[in-house]
Amino acid sequence: MSWERRRAWTPPPTSLAAAETGLEPDSALTLIELGAVFFCLGILGRLAGRIGLSPIPLYLLGGLFFGHGGLIELDGLDQFSEIASEIGVILLLLMLGLEYTAKELVTGLRQSWLAGVLDIVLNFTPGAVVALLLGWGPVGAMVMGGVTYISSSGIVAKVLTDLGRLGNRETPVVLSLLVFEDLAMAVYLPILTTVLAGASFVGGLQAVGISLVVVTVVLIIALRFGTVVSAVVDSKDREVFLLTVLGAALLVAGVAAAMQVSAAVGAFLLGIAISGATATTATRILEPLRDLFAAIFFVVFGLNTDPATIPPVLGFAVLLALITAITKIATGWWAARRHGVGRLGRARAGVALIARGEFSIVIAGLAVASGAVTGELAALATAYVLLTAVFGPVAARVVEPVMGWLQRTPRPQRLPAG
Amino acid sequence: MKVDKTPLPGIGMRKDIVTSSGRRIGTVTQRDGETALIISRQDDPDACLVSIPLTADEAATLGNLLGAHQLVAQLTEEHRDLPGVNTRQFLVAGGSPFDGYRLGDTLMRTRTGTSVVAAMREGKVEPSPSPDFILLAGDLLIVVGTAEGLDAAADILSGG
Repeated sequence: MSWERRRAWTPPPTSLAAAETGLEPDSALTLIELGAVFFCLGILGRLAGRIGLSPIPLYLLGGLFFGHGGLIELDGLDQFSEIASEIGVILLLLMLGLEYTAKELVTGLRQSWLAGVLDIVLNFTPGAVVALLLGWGPVGAMVMGGVTYISSSGIVAKVLTDLGRLGNRETPVVLSLLVFEDLAMAVYLPILTTVLAGASFVGGLQAVGISLVVVTVVLIIALRFGTVVSAVVDSKDREVFLLTVLGAALLVAGVAAAMQVSAAVGAFLLGIAISGATATTATRILEPLRDLFAAIFFVVFGLNTDPATIPPVLGFAVLLALITAITKIATGWWAARRHGVGRLGRARAGVALIARGEFSIVIAGLAVASGAVTGELAALATAYVLLTAVFGPVAARVVEPVMGWLQRTPRPQRLPAG
Repeated sequence: MKVDKTPLPGIGMRKDIVTSSGRRIGTVTQRDGETALIISRQDDPDACLVSIPLTADEAATLGNLLGAHQLVAQLTEEHRDLPGVNTRQFLVAGGSPFDGYRLGDTLMRTRTGTSVVAAMREGKVEPSPSPDFILLAGDLLIVVGTAEGLDAAADILSGG
Protein backbone atom coordinates (compact mmCIF):
# COMPACT_ATOMS: atom_id res chain seq x y z
CA MET A 1 0.00 0.00 0.00
CA SER A 2 2.68 2.36 -1.04
CA TRP A 3 0.23 5.05 -2.12
CA GLU A 4 -0.29 5.97 1.49
CA ARG A 5 3.17 7.39 1.67
CA ARG A 6 2.41 10.20 -0.69
CA ARG A 7 -1.03 10.93 0.57
CA ALA A 8 -0.52 14.24 2.32
CA TRP A 9 0.34 17.01 -0.05
CA THR A 10 2.55 19.70 1.38
CA PRO A 11 3.16 22.95 -0.47
CA PRO A 12 6.52 22.85 -2.20
CA PRO A 13 8.79 25.06 -0.07
CA THR A 14 11.41 25.35 -2.79
CA SER A 15 9.22 26.50 -5.62
CA LEU A 16 9.80 30.22 -5.11
CA ALA A 17 13.51 29.77 -4.70
CA ALA A 18 13.55 27.65 -7.83
CA ALA A 19 11.79 30.38 -9.78
CA GLU A 20 14.42 32.88 -8.71
CA THR A 21 17.46 30.78 -9.40
CA GLY A 22 16.28 29.16 -12.60
CA LEU A 23 15.54 25.48 -13.09
CA GLU A 24 16.94 23.19 -10.47
CA PRO A 25 17.76 19.57 -11.22
CA ASP A 26 14.55 18.61 -9.41
CA SER A 27 12.31 20.57 -11.72
CA ALA A 28 14.21 19.26 -14.74
CA LEU A 29 13.34 15.76 -13.56
CA THR A 30 9.72 16.82 -13.08
CA LEU A 31 9.58 18.23 -16.59
CA ILE A 32 11.06 15.10 -18.10
CA GLU A 33 8.70 12.82 -16.21
CA LEU A 34 5.67 14.99 -16.87
CA GLY A 35 6.54 15.22 -20.54
CA ALA A 36 7.05 11.48 -20.79
CA VAL A 37 3.72 10.81 -19.06
CA PHE A 38 1.79 13.21 -21.32
CA PHE A 39 3.47 11.81 -24.37
CA CYS A 40 2.54 8.26 -23.41
CA LEU A 41 -1.02 9.37 -22.63
CA GLY A 42 -1.20 10.92 -26.08
CA ILE A 43 -0.19 7.62 -27.63
CA LEU A 44 -2.67 5.72 -25.43
CA GLY A 45 -5.41 8.22 -26.37
CA ARG A 46 -4.66 7.69 -30.04
CA LEU A 47 -4.84 3.94 -29.53
CA ALA A 48 -8.17 4.36 -27.71
CA GLY A 49 -9.56 6.42 -30.58
CA ARG A 50 -8.37 3.79 -33.07
CA ILE A 51 -10.30 1.00 -31.35
CA GLY A 52 -13.26 3.24 -30.48
CA LEU A 53 -12.69 3.10 -26.74
CA SER A 54 -12.91 5.76 -24.06
CA PRO A 55 -9.36 6.79 -23.12
CA ILE A 56 -10.14 6.63 -19.36
CA PRO A 57 -9.36 2.91 -18.87
CA LEU A 58 -6.14 3.32 -20.82
CA TYR A 59 -5.11 6.31 -18.67
CA LEU A 60 -5.69 4.18 -15.58
CA LEU A 61 -3.65 1.35 -17.07
CA GLY A 62 -0.92 3.83 -17.95
CA GLY A 63 -0.90 5.03 -14.35
CA LEU A 64 -0.70 1.46 -13.06
CA PHE A 65 2.14 0.70 -15.43
CA PHE A 66 4.27 3.53 -14.08
CA GLY A 67 4.35 4.58 -10.47
CA HIS A 68 4.50 2.67 -7.25
CA GLY A 69 4.94 -1.03 -7.74
CA GLY A 70 4.90 -0.49 -11.49
CA LEU A 71 7.82 -0.60 -13.88
CA ILE A 72 9.14 2.90 -13.32
CA GLU A 73 8.78 5.00 -10.19
CA LEU A 74 8.01 8.63 -10.88
CA ASP A 75 9.03 10.63 -7.84
CA GLY A 76 9.44 14.06 -9.43
CA LEU A 77 5.72 14.37 -10.09
CA ASP A 78 4.35 14.45 -6.57
CA GLN A 79 4.15 18.21 -6.11
CA PHE A 80 2.56 19.01 -9.42
CA SER A 81 0.32 16.01 -9.80
CA GLU A 82 -1.44 16.31 -6.44
CA ILE A 83 -2.90 19.74 -7.08
CA ALA A 84 -3.28 19.08 -10.82
CA SER A 85 -5.42 16.03 -10.18
CA GLU A 86 -7.56 18.02 -7.75
CA ILE A 87 -8.09 20.64 -10.45
CA GLY A 88 -8.93 17.74 -12.77
CA VAL A 89 -11.78 16.67 -10.51
CA ILE A 90 -13.06 20.24 -10.23
CA LEU A 91 -13.01 20.69 -14.02
CA LEU A 92 -14.72 17.32 -14.58
CA LEU A 93 -17.60 18.36 -12.33
CA LEU A 94 -17.72 21.95 -13.63
CA MET A 95 -18.07 20.66 -17.19
CA LEU A 96 -20.71 18.19 -16.07
CA GLY A 97 -22.67 21.09 -14.60
CA LEU A 98 -22.20 23.13 -17.77
CA GLU A 99 -23.70 20.30 -19.81
CA TYR A 100 -27.07 20.65 -18.16
CA THR A 101 -29.32 23.63 -17.76
CA ALA A 102 -31.19 23.98 -14.49
CA LYS A 103 -34.44 23.50 -16.40
CA GLU A 104 -33.27 20.18 -17.82
CA LEU A 105 -32.27 19.04 -14.35
CA VAL A 106 -35.63 19.90 -12.85
CA THR A 107 -37.67 18.29 -15.66
CA GLY A 108 -35.30 15.32 -15.69
CA LEU A 109 -35.76 14.91 -11.96
CA ARG A 110 -39.51 15.12 -12.25
CA GLN A 111 -39.71 12.60 -15.09
CA SER A 112 -37.22 10.02 -13.94
CA TRP A 113 -37.15 10.10 -10.17
CA LEU A 114 -38.79 6.68 -9.83
CA ALA A 115 -36.33 5.08 -12.22
CA GLY A 116 -33.59 7.07 -10.50
CA VAL A 117 -34.48 5.63 -7.10
CA LEU A 118 -34.56 2.12 -8.56
CA ASP A 119 -31.13 2.86 -10.07
CA ILE A 120 -29.77 3.77 -6.62
CA VAL A 121 -31.26 0.73 -4.89
CA LEU A 122 -30.14 -1.77 -7.53
CA ASN A 123 -26.67 -0.42 -8.19
CA PHE A 124 -25.53 1.05 -4.88
CA THR A 125 -26.33 -2.14 -2.97
CA PRO A 126 -23.93 -4.59 -4.70
CA GLY A 127 -20.90 -2.38 -4.10
CA ALA A 128 -21.88 -1.74 -0.49
CA VAL A 129 -22.48 -5.44 0.18
CA VAL A 130 -19.15 -6.50 -1.29
CA ALA A 131 -17.36 -3.83 0.76
CA LEU A 132 -19.02 -5.13 3.92
CA LEU A 133 -18.14 -8.73 2.99
CA LEU A 134 -14.52 -7.68 2.60
CA GLY A 135 -14.69 -6.12 6.06
CA TRP A 136 -14.20 -2.53 4.97
CA GLY A 137 -16.87 -1.24 7.33
CA PRO A 138 -19.72 1.20 6.74
CA VAL A 139 -17.43 3.90 5.31
CA GLY A 140 -15.98 1.46 2.78
CA ALA A 141 -19.52 0.32 1.95
CA MET A 142 -20.61 3.87 1.30
CA VAL A 143 -17.65 4.47 -1.00
CA MET A 144 -17.98 1.21 -2.97
CA GLY A 145 -21.74 1.75 -3.27
CA GLY A 146 -21.04 5.08 -4.92
CA VAL A 147 -18.43 3.52 -7.19
CA THR A 148 -20.82 0.86 -8.50
CA TYR A 149 -23.82 3.22 -8.62
CA ILE A 150 -22.76 5.94 -10.98
CA SER A 151 -22.53 5.30 -14.71
CA SER A 152 -20.03 7.27 -16.73
CA SER A 153 -22.02 9.99 -18.48
CA GLY A 154 -18.94 10.71 -20.61
CA ILE A 155 -18.61 7.14 -21.91
CA VAL A 156 -22.38 6.70 -22.32
CA ALA A 157 -22.79 9.92 -24.32
CA LYS A 158 -19.83 8.96 -26.52
CA VAL A 159 -21.17 5.48 -27.16
CA LEU A 160 -24.66 6.77 -28.01
CA THR A 161 -23.18 9.36 -30.39
CA ASP A 162 -20.75 6.92 -32.03
CA LEU A 163 -23.43 4.30 -32.60
CA GLY A 164 -25.86 6.87 -34.06
CA ARG A 165 -28.40 6.30 -31.31
CA LEU A 166 -29.08 9.93 -30.41
CA GLY A 167 -32.34 9.83 -32.35
CA ASN A 168 -33.52 6.62 -30.70
CA ARG A 169 -36.58 6.61 -28.49
CA GLU A 170 -34.80 5.05 -25.52
CA THR A 171 -32.01 7.65 -25.57
CA PRO A 172 -33.89 10.39 -23.64
CA VAL A 173 -34.64 7.74 -20.98
CA VAL A 174 -30.94 6.89 -20.66
CA LEU A 175 -29.95 10.55 -20.58
CA SER A 176 -32.46 11.50 -17.91
CA LEU A 177 -31.20 8.61 -15.75
CA LEU A 178 -27.71 10.07 -16.13
CA VAL A 179 -29.08 13.48 -15.13
CA PHE A 180 -30.58 11.94 -12.02
CA GLU A 181 -27.31 10.21 -11.15
CA ASP A 182 -25.36 13.42 -11.56
CA LEU A 183 -27.77 15.29 -9.31
CA ALA A 184 -27.51 12.44 -6.81
CA MET A 185 -23.75 13.02 -6.87
CA ALA A 186 -24.35 16.60 -5.76
CA VAL A 187 -25.95 15.26 -2.60
CA TYR A 188 -23.76 12.18 -2.20
CA LEU A 189 -20.33 13.82 -2.50
CA PRO A 190 -20.82 16.29 0.39
CA ILE A 191 -22.07 13.45 2.60
CA LEU A 192 -19.12 11.32 1.56
CA THR A 193 -16.70 14.16 2.30
CA THR A 194 -18.13 14.56 5.79
CA VAL A 195 -18.14 10.83 6.50
CA LEU A 196 -14.58 10.45 5.23
CA ALA A 197 -13.53 13.29 7.50
CA GLY A 198 -14.70 11.07 10.35
CA ALA A 199 -17.85 12.94 11.28
CA SER A 200 -20.51 11.37 13.44
CA PHE A 201 -23.95 10.27 12.30
CA VAL A 202 -25.33 13.67 13.28
CA GLY A 203 -22.55 15.37 11.35
CA GLY A 204 -23.49 13.27 8.33
CA LEU A 205 -27.13 14.30 8.64
CA GLN A 206 -26.04 17.91 8.92
CA ALA A 207 -24.05 17.53 5.69
CA VAL A 208 -27.11 16.05 3.96
CA GLY A 209 -29.18 18.99 5.15
CA ILE A 210 -26.62 21.59 4.07
CA SER A 211 -26.06 20.00 0.65
CA LEU A 212 -29.79 19.62 -0.04
CA VAL A 213 -30.35 23.27 0.85
CA VAL A 214 -27.37 24.43 -1.22
CA VAL A 215 -28.43 22.35 -4.25
CA THR A 216 -31.99 23.69 -4.04
CA VAL A 217 -30.83 27.29 -3.66
CA VAL A 218 -28.45 26.97 -6.60
CA LEU A 219 -31.18 25.41 -8.77
CA ILE A 220 -33.54 28.26 -7.92
CA ILE A 221 -30.84 30.87 -8.56
CA ALA A 222 -29.96 29.18 -11.85
CA LEU A 223 -33.62 29.05 -12.92
CA ARG A 224 -34.38 32.64 -11.97
CA PHE A 225 -31.08 34.46 -12.32
CA GLY A 226 -29.05 32.15 -14.57
CA THR A 227 -28.54 35.03 -17.00
CA VAL A 228 -27.06 37.19 -14.23
CA VAL A 229 -24.54 34.52 -13.20
CA SER A 230 -23.70 34.00 -16.86
CA ALA A 231 -23.29 37.74 -17.41
CA VAL A 232 -20.82 37.98 -14.52
CA VAL A 233 -18.44 35.40 -15.98
CA ASP A 234 -19.10 36.18 -19.64
CA SER A 235 -16.62 38.14 -21.71
CA LYS A 236 -16.03 38.55 -25.42
CA ASP A 237 -12.31 38.16 -24.92
CA ARG A 238 -11.29 34.48 -24.87
CA GLU A 239 -8.43 34.98 -22.47
CA VAL A 240 -10.45 37.06 -20.01
CA PHE A 241 -13.30 34.58 -20.23
CA LEU A 242 -11.05 31.61 -19.57
CA LEU A 243 -9.46 33.27 -16.55
CA THR A 244 -12.82 34.40 -15.14
CA VAL A 245 -14.51 31.02 -15.51
CA LEU A 246 -11.55 29.06 -14.19
CA GLY A 247 -11.03 31.53 -11.37
CA ALA A 248 -14.71 31.42 -10.42
CA ALA A 249 -14.67 27.61 -10.49
CA LEU A 250 -11.60 27.29 -8.27
CA LEU A 251 -12.90 29.98 -5.90
CA VAL A 252 -16.31 28.35 -5.53
CA ALA A 253 -14.69 24.92 -5.19
CA GLY A 254 -12.31 26.20 -2.54
CA VAL A 255 -15.05 27.90 -0.56
CA ALA A 256 -17.23 24.79 -0.84
CA ALA A 257 -14.35 22.66 0.42
CA ALA A 258 -13.79 25.03 3.32
CA MET A 259 -17.50 24.66 4.18
CA GLN A 260 -17.12 20.85 4.04
CA VAL A 261 -19.48 20.61 1.02
CA SER A 262 -16.85 19.03 -1.29
CA ALA A 263 -14.93 21.14 -3.78
CA ALA A 264 -16.19 19.13 -6.73
CA VAL A 265 -19.82 19.79 -5.88
CA GLY A 266 -19.18 23.53 -5.66
CA ALA A 267 -17.80 23.44 -9.20
CA PHE A 268 -20.73 21.30 -10.37
CA LEU A 269 -23.27 23.77 -8.99
CA LEU A 270 -21.42 26.72 -10.55
CA GLY A 271 -21.61 24.85 -13.87
CA ILE A 272 -25.36 24.49 -13.51
CA ALA A 273 -25.80 28.18 -12.71
CA ILE A 274 -23.96 29.21 -15.89
CA SER A 275 -26.35 28.79 -18.78
CA GLY A 276 -27.15 29.47 -22.39
CA ALA A 277 -24.54 30.75 -24.83
CA THR A 278 -22.10 31.42 -21.99
CA ALA A 279 -22.22 27.74 -21.04
CA THR A 280 -21.59 26.67 -24.64
CA THR A 281 -18.59 28.98 -24.95
CA ALA A 282 -17.28 27.94 -21.55
CA THR A 283 -17.55 24.29 -22.56
CA ARG A 284 -15.59 24.91 -25.73
CA ILE A 285 -12.87 26.89 -23.98
CA LEU A 286 -12.51 24.62 -20.95
CA GLU A 287 -12.63 21.31 -22.82
CA PRO A 288 -8.89 21.07 -23.57
CA LEU A 289 -8.06 22.06 -19.98
CA ARG A 290 -10.50 19.49 -18.62
CA ASP A 291 -9.01 16.79 -20.86
CA LEU A 292 -5.51 17.64 -19.66
CA PHE A 293 -6.21 17.83 -15.94
CA ALA A 294 -8.66 14.93 -15.91
CA ALA A 295 -6.04 12.81 -17.65
CA ILE A 296 -3.59 13.75 -14.90
CA PHE A 297 -6.21 12.82 -12.32
CA PHE A 298 -6.73 9.34 -13.80
CA VAL A 299 -3.03 8.75 -14.17
CA VAL A 300 -2.30 9.88 -10.62
CA PHE A 301 -4.99 7.55 -9.36
CA GLY A 302 -3.39 4.73 -11.33
CA LEU A 303 0.09 5.78 -10.19
CA ASN A 304 -0.92 5.61 -6.55
CA THR A 305 -2.46 2.18 -6.95
CA ASP A 306 0.05 -0.62 -6.59
CA PRO A 307 -0.60 -3.12 -9.41
CA ALA A 308 0.35 -5.90 -7.00
CA THR A 309 -2.79 -5.15 -4.96
CA ILE A 310 -5.10 -5.85 -7.90
CA PRO A 311 -4.87 -9.66 -8.37
CA PRO A 312 -6.20 -10.45 -4.85
CA VAL A 313 -9.36 -8.38 -5.48
CA LEU A 314 -9.76 -9.24 -9.18
CA GLY A 315 -12.29 -11.98 -8.46
CA PHE A 316 -14.48 -9.55 -6.55
CA ALA A 317 -14.10 -6.96 -9.31
CA VAL A 318 -15.29 -9.44 -11.95
CA LEU A 319 -18.17 -10.55 -9.74
CA LEU A 320 -19.18 -6.94 -9.05
CA ALA A 321 -18.90 -6.02 -12.72
CA LEU A 322 -21.16 -8.93 -13.68
CA ILE A 323 -23.77 -8.25 -11.00
CA THR A 324 -23.90 -4.51 -11.60
CA ALA A 325 -24.03 -5.01 -15.37
CA ILE A 326 -27.19 -7.03 -14.79
CA THR A 327 -28.63 -4.50 -12.33
CA LYS A 328 -27.95 -1.60 -14.74
CA ILE A 329 -29.61 -3.52 -17.57
CA ALA A 330 -32.59 -4.11 -15.29
CA THR A 331 -32.73 -0.39 -14.45
CA GLY A 332 -32.57 0.70 -18.08
CA TRP A 333 -35.02 -2.00 -19.16
CA TRP A 334 -37.57 -0.95 -16.57
CA ALA A 335 -37.19 2.79 -17.23
CA ALA A 336 -37.45 2.36 -21.00
CA ARG A 337 -40.50 0.11 -20.67
CA ARG A 338 -42.26 2.82 -18.69
CA HIS A 339 -41.79 5.09 -21.70
CA GLY A 340 -43.33 2.58 -24.09
CA VAL A 341 -40.07 1.50 -25.71
CA GLY A 342 -39.92 -1.99 -27.29
CA ARG A 343 -37.85 -4.94 -26.04
CA LEU A 344 -34.83 -4.23 -28.22
CA GLY A 345 -34.82 -0.58 -27.18
CA ARG A 346 -35.11 -1.58 -23.52
CA ALA A 347 -32.08 -3.83 -23.87
CA ARG A 348 -30.15 -1.03 -25.59
CA ALA A 349 -31.08 1.39 -22.78
CA GLY A 350 -29.93 -1.02 -20.08
CA VAL A 351 -26.67 -2.00 -21.72
CA ALA A 352 -25.80 1.64 -22.47
CA LEU A 353 -25.67 2.30 -18.72
CA ILE A 354 -23.13 -0.43 -17.86
CA ALA A 355 -19.98 1.67 -18.28
CA ARG A 356 -18.64 3.21 -15.08
CA GLY A 357 -15.82 5.65 -15.38
CA GLU A 358 -14.69 9.07 -14.31
CA PHE A 359 -17.01 9.56 -11.34
CA SER A 360 -16.41 6.14 -9.83
CA ILE A 361 -12.72 7.04 -9.86
CA VAL A 362 -13.50 10.50 -8.41
CA ILE A 363 -15.32 8.82 -5.52
CA ALA A 364 -12.58 6.25 -4.95
CA GLY A 365 -9.97 9.00 -5.28
CA LEU A 366 -11.63 11.13 -2.60
CA ALA A 367 -11.84 8.13 -0.30
CA VAL A 368 -8.25 7.07 -0.81
CA ALA A 369 -6.93 10.62 -0.41
CA SER A 370 -8.73 10.94 2.93
CA GLY A 371 -6.98 7.82 4.20
CA ALA A 372 -10.22 6.64 5.79
CA VAL A 373 -10.40 3.46 3.70
CA THR A 374 -8.06 0.60 2.95
CA GLY A 375 -5.78 0.70 -0.10
CA GLU A 376 -7.43 -2.44 -1.44
CA LEU A 377 -10.46 -0.27 -2.18
CA ALA A 378 -8.44 1.68 -4.74
CA ALA A 379 -7.37 -1.59 -6.34
CA LEU A 380 -10.93 -2.93 -6.44
CA ALA A 381 -12.30 0.35 -7.83
CA THR A 382 -9.58 0.48 -10.49
CA ALA A 383 -10.14 -3.10 -11.62
CA TYR A 384 -13.92 -2.62 -11.54
CA VAL A 385 -13.86 0.59 -13.59
CA LEU A 386 -11.41 -0.94 -16.06
CA LEU A 387 -13.72 -3.91 -16.57
CA THR A 388 -16.97 -1.97 -16.97
CA ALA A 389 -15.48 0.88 -19.00
CA VAL A 390 -14.15 -1.65 -21.52
CA PHE A 391 -17.01 -4.13 -21.39
CA GLY A 392 -19.82 -1.51 -21.41
CA PRO A 393 -19.16 0.01 -24.84
CA VAL A 394 -18.49 -3.44 -26.33
CA ALA A 395 -21.78 -4.70 -24.91
CA ALA A 396 -23.58 -1.65 -26.34
CA ARG A 397 -22.27 -2.64 -29.76
CA VAL A 398 -23.27 -6.30 -29.61
CA VAL A 399 -26.58 -5.97 -27.76
CA GLU A 400 -28.72 -6.00 -30.90
CA PRO A 401 -27.38 -9.22 -32.44
CA VAL A 402 -27.40 -10.87 -29.02
CA MET A 403 -31.02 -9.86 -28.43
CA GLY A 404 -31.94 -11.09 -31.92
CA TRP A 405 -30.31 -14.42 -31.14
CA LEU A 406 -32.03 -14.63 -27.72
CA GLN A 407 -35.47 -13.89 -29.09
CA ARG A 408 -35.11 -16.11 -32.15
CA THR A 409 -38.34 -14.71 -33.48
CA PRO A 410 -38.69 -13.94 -37.16
CA ARG A 411 -38.56 -10.24 -37.91
CA PRO A 412 -41.92 -8.68 -38.75
CA GLN A 413 -42.80 -8.64 -42.43
CA ARG A 414 -41.55 -5.57 -44.21
CA LEU A 415 -44.27 -3.04 -44.83
CA PRO A 416 -44.51 -1.50 -48.26
CA ALA A 417 -41.91 1.24 -48.47
CA GLY A 418 -43.29 4.48 -47.12
CA MET B 1 -48.67 18.43 -38.45
CA LYS B 2 -47.55 17.63 -34.93
CA VAL B 3 -43.83 17.85 -34.32
CA ASP B 4 -42.63 15.95 -31.24
CA LYS B 5 -39.91 17.87 -29.42
CA THR B 6 -37.92 15.72 -27.01
CA PRO B 7 -35.11 17.32 -25.00
CA LEU B 8 -31.93 15.28 -24.82
CA PRO B 9 -30.37 16.50 -21.56
CA GLY B 10 -26.74 17.43 -22.00
CA ILE B 11 -26.86 16.85 -25.75
CA GLY B 12 -29.57 18.89 -27.44
CA MET B 13 -33.01 18.38 -28.88
CA ARG B 14 -34.75 15.77 -30.99
CA LYS B 15 -37.62 16.87 -33.21
CA ASP B 16 -39.52 14.33 -35.21
CA ILE B 17 -42.78 13.57 -36.94
CA VAL B 18 -44.46 10.23 -37.54
CA THR B 19 -45.36 9.75 -41.19
CA SER B 20 -48.59 8.13 -42.34
CA SER B 21 -46.54 5.02 -43.16
CA GLY B 22 -45.50 4.82 -39.52
CA ARG B 23 -41.88 5.97 -39.85
CA ARG B 24 -40.31 8.54 -37.57
CA ILE B 25 -38.44 11.27 -39.48
CA GLY B 26 -36.78 14.23 -37.88
CA THR B 27 -33.64 15.92 -36.70
CA VAL B 28 -31.31 15.76 -33.74
CA THR B 29 -29.76 19.14 -33.05
CA GLN B 30 -26.79 19.18 -30.71
CA ARG B 31 -25.80 22.09 -28.48
CA ASP B 32 -23.04 23.22 -30.82
CA GLY B 33 -25.60 23.50 -33.64
CA GLU B 34 -24.65 20.24 -35.36
CA THR B 35 -27.79 18.83 -36.94
CA ALA B 36 -28.44 15.31 -38.12
CA LEU B 37 -31.31 13.91 -40.14
CA ILE B 38 -32.76 10.82 -38.51
CA ILE B 39 -35.05 8.19 -40.01
CA SER B 40 -36.44 5.39 -37.90
CA ARG B 41 -35.94 1.74 -38.69
CA GLN B 42 -38.82 -0.21 -40.12
CA ASP B 43 -38.50 -3.30 -37.94
CA ASP B 44 -37.73 -1.32 -34.78
CA PRO B 45 -39.42 2.08 -34.65
CA ASP B 46 -37.48 2.98 -31.48
CA ALA B 47 -34.16 2.84 -33.31
CA CYS B 48 -32.74 4.86 -36.17
CA LEU B 49 -31.90 3.47 -39.57
CA VAL B 50 -29.62 6.39 -40.29
CA SER B 51 -28.40 9.52 -38.61
CA ILE B 52 -26.91 11.75 -41.29
CA PRO B 53 -25.01 14.86 -40.20
CA LEU B 54 -26.06 17.91 -42.23
CA THR B 55 -24.33 21.28 -42.60
CA ALA B 56 -26.51 24.39 -42.34
CA ASP B 57 -26.43 24.70 -46.14
CA GLU B 58 -27.41 21.09 -46.69
CA ALA B 59 -30.24 21.28 -44.16
CA ALA B 60 -31.60 24.46 -45.76
CA THR B 61 -31.40 22.97 -49.24
CA LEU B 62 -33.10 19.78 -48.13
CA GLY B 63 -35.83 21.88 -46.52
CA ASN B 64 -36.28 23.77 -49.78
CA LEU B 65 -36.45 20.60 -51.83
CA LEU B 66 -39.14 19.14 -49.62
CA GLY B 67 -41.05 22.41 -49.21
CA ALA B 68 -40.89 23.22 -52.93
CA HIS B 69 -42.22 19.80 -53.82
CA GLN B 70 -45.48 20.74 -52.21
CA LEU B 71 -45.52 24.24 -53.71
CA VAL B 72 -44.90 22.92 -57.24
CA ALA B 73 -47.62 20.32 -56.81
CA GLN B 74 -50.03 23.01 -55.70
CA LEU B 75 -49.19 25.31 -58.63
CA THR B 76 -49.40 22.44 -61.12
CA GLU B 77 -52.83 21.66 -59.73
CA GLU B 78 -53.92 25.27 -60.18
CA HIS B 79 -52.62 25.40 -63.77
CA ARG B 80 -54.21 22.12 -64.76
CA ASP B 81 -56.87 23.87 -66.79
CA LEU B 82 -54.33 25.93 -68.72
CA PRO B 83 -52.70 23.63 -71.27
CA GLY B 84 -49.10 24.51 -72.09
CA VAL B 85 -48.40 26.16 -68.73
CA ASN B 86 -45.88 24.26 -66.64
CA THR B 87 -44.35 24.72 -63.22
CA ARG B 88 -40.83 23.62 -62.45
CA GLN B 89 -38.29 24.17 -59.67
CA PHE B 90 -34.69 25.16 -60.25
CA LEU B 91 -31.92 25.07 -57.69
CA VAL B 92 -29.38 27.88 -57.79
CA ALA B 93 -26.36 25.59 -57.60
CA GLY B 94 -23.09 26.42 -55.86
CA GLY B 95 -21.29 27.19 -59.13
CA SER B 96 -24.13 29.11 -60.78
CA PRO B 97 -22.99 32.32 -62.51
CA PHE B 98 -25.86 34.16 -60.81
CA ASP B 99 -24.89 33.26 -57.23
CA GLY B 100 -24.87 36.67 -55.52
CA TYR B 101 -26.49 38.53 -58.44
CA ARG B 102 -29.92 40.14 -58.76
CA LEU B 103 -32.78 38.08 -60.16
CA GLY B 104 -33.22 40.84 -62.80
CA ASP B 105 -29.66 40.17 -64.02
CA THR B 106 -30.71 36.80 -65.40
CA LEU B 107 -33.09 38.53 -67.88
CA MET B 108 -35.11 35.33 -67.66
CA ARG B 109 -38.50 36.81 -68.46
CA THR B 110 -37.11 38.76 -71.46
CA ARG B 111 -35.15 35.82 -72.84
CA THR B 112 -37.52 32.91 -72.16
CA GLY B 113 -40.95 34.32 -71.33
CA THR B 114 -40.98 32.46 -68.01
CA SER B 115 -41.70 34.03 -64.63
CA VAL B 116 -40.27 33.26 -61.24
CA VAL B 117 -43.34 33.02 -59.01
CA ALA B 118 -41.54 32.16 -55.79
CA ALA B 119 -38.11 31.68 -54.34
CA MET B 120 -37.40 29.42 -51.39
CA ARG B 121 -34.57 30.04 -49.01
CA GLU B 122 -33.87 28.12 -45.79
CA GLY B 123 -37.36 26.70 -45.84
CA LYS B 124 -39.03 30.11 -46.18
CA VAL B 125 -40.99 31.19 -49.23
CA GLU B 126 -40.40 34.55 -50.90
CA PRO B 127 -43.50 35.02 -53.09
CA SER B 128 -43.13 36.92 -56.40
CA PRO B 129 -39.50 37.96 -55.85
CA SER B 130 -38.73 41.38 -57.34
CA PRO B 131 -35.96 41.86 -59.95
CA ASP B 132 -33.83 43.23 -57.09
CA PHE B 133 -33.97 39.89 -55.21
CA ILE B 134 -30.40 38.69 -54.69
CA LEU B 135 -29.94 35.05 -55.66
CA LEU B 136 -27.82 32.86 -53.43
CA ALA B 137 -26.56 29.33 -53.90
CA GLY B 138 -29.08 26.93 -52.34
CA ASP B 139 -32.10 29.06 -53.31
CA LEU B 140 -34.85 27.20 -55.06
CA LEU B 141 -36.77 29.09 -57.74
CA ILE B 142 -40.32 28.10 -58.66
CA VAL B 143 -40.73 29.04 -62.30
CA VAL B 144 -43.86 29.04 -64.47
CA GLY B 145 -43.79 29.01 -68.27
CA THR B 146 -43.99 26.89 -71.40
CA ALA B 147 -41.95 23.68 -71.62
CA GLU B 148 -39.48 25.28 -74.09
CA GLY B 149 -39.24 28.45 -72.01
CA LEU B 150 -38.47 26.42 -68.90
CA ASP B 151 -35.75 24.43 -70.69
CA ALA B 152 -34.16 27.70 -71.79
CA ALA B 153 -34.46 29.07 -68.23
CA ALA B 154 -32.67 26.00 -66.89
CA ASP B 155 -29.80 26.59 -69.34
CA ILE B 156 -29.53 30.23 -68.29
CA LEU B 157 -29.41 29.45 -64.59
CA SER B 158 -26.77 26.78 -64.93
CA GLY B 159 -24.66 28.28 -67.72
CA GLY B 160 -25.46 31.99 -67.96
